[in-house]
Amino acid sequence: MSRILDLKKGILAKNDTLAATLRQTFVEADVAVSNWVSSPGTGKTALLEATLNRARERELSVAALVGDCATDNDAQRLARSGAPVRQIVTEGMCHLEADMIAGHLTGWDVSELDLLIIENVGNLVCPSGFDLGEDTRVALLSVTEGEDKPMKYPHIFQSADIVVVTKTDLAAAVEWNREAAYAAVRATNPDAPLIETSARTGSGIDDVLDHLLAAAAAAARQLTTQEAP
Amino acid sequence: MHELSVAHAIVTTVVEALPPGSPRVNEVRVRIGALSGVVPEALQFAYEVAVDGTALADTVLLIERVPVTVHCTPCRTDTTLEGITGFACSECGRPTADIVAGKELEVAQVVFSEPATAGRQS
Repeated sequence: MSRILDLKKGILAKNDTLAATLRQTFVEADVAVSNWVSSPGTGKTALLEATLNRARERELSVAALVGDCATDNDAQRLARSGAPVRQIVTEGMCHLEADMIAGHLTGWDVSELDLLIIENVGNLVCPSGFDLGEDTRVALLSVTEGEDKPMKYPHIFQSADIVVVTKTDLAAAVEWNREAAYAAVRATNPDAPLIETSARTGSGIDDVLDHLLAAAAAAARQLTTQEAP
Repeated sequence: MHELSVAHAIVTTVVEALPPGSPRVNEVRVRIGALSGVVPEALQFAYEVAVDGTALADTVLLIERVPVTVHCTPCRTDTTLEGITGFACSECGRPTADIVAGKELEVAQVVFSEPATAGRQS
């Protein structure tokens, strides 16, 4: 005799539960946590390097976790900024999951941080479903990779809290069409703020930092309000 | 590529939820939103790999695809999209990011047979 069990349970419930715990920890520690996602080659690491350097100039306490399928090249490169950086090697896995974040925070006192930046594995598909406990998801789009990319990979852009345009110093050389790029972002995400940056010239990086700090404060207020009796 | 992680998560979720007495599972029904980032065909393939050697070996995975539905507050209208872009109200054309369906990634139901030795109260 056949029976039906009504489960209605999230497939990624375990990840979501752990991510919620991490988010609570981050809010209590008053640290702004962002999850940076983009395709490989968008310039995540270059922008992250410039952002870490600028954050330290502004006397912000900042740390980074960087995910890649293999090698610790990025962690070595970013450590030159003087900020604490740890590499998460996924050994082929195409995205980061909440337990990897939890496992790589051991020994760090997050309450001493103003900002924690998580650089996800370069991939525009798989990271979209995995909450890492971040308050802000940042999708990056470079001027060199085709204005319609958000239309081709809507999941990640739809799930982003802000969209950061990278490599704007190359915009003229590649005849980047700002209007077309913005329209493509808006087709998948009508609300997210857009910030144009250049790791080379440093333009827009203060805006990114200001936005991350403000967004974290807003998210913390929202989480606290939700929990109030 | 991450469909294998999702398939493993389905197996874990179902196995943990099964009632005691080792019932034989016949079918697992999941709901996959168009915005979940999971490709149903890839999940179907990954599922066959993930169930191997588990209590769900030789079970059928039934995938219900859930399209994206957005809500327009001024019109109080829900619009179901054909694809996964163009988040706008069908009445007034205003862009809206209020997604009410399409992100599902859920085990909806498990169909199983009572083991022959188990009690038959139901």
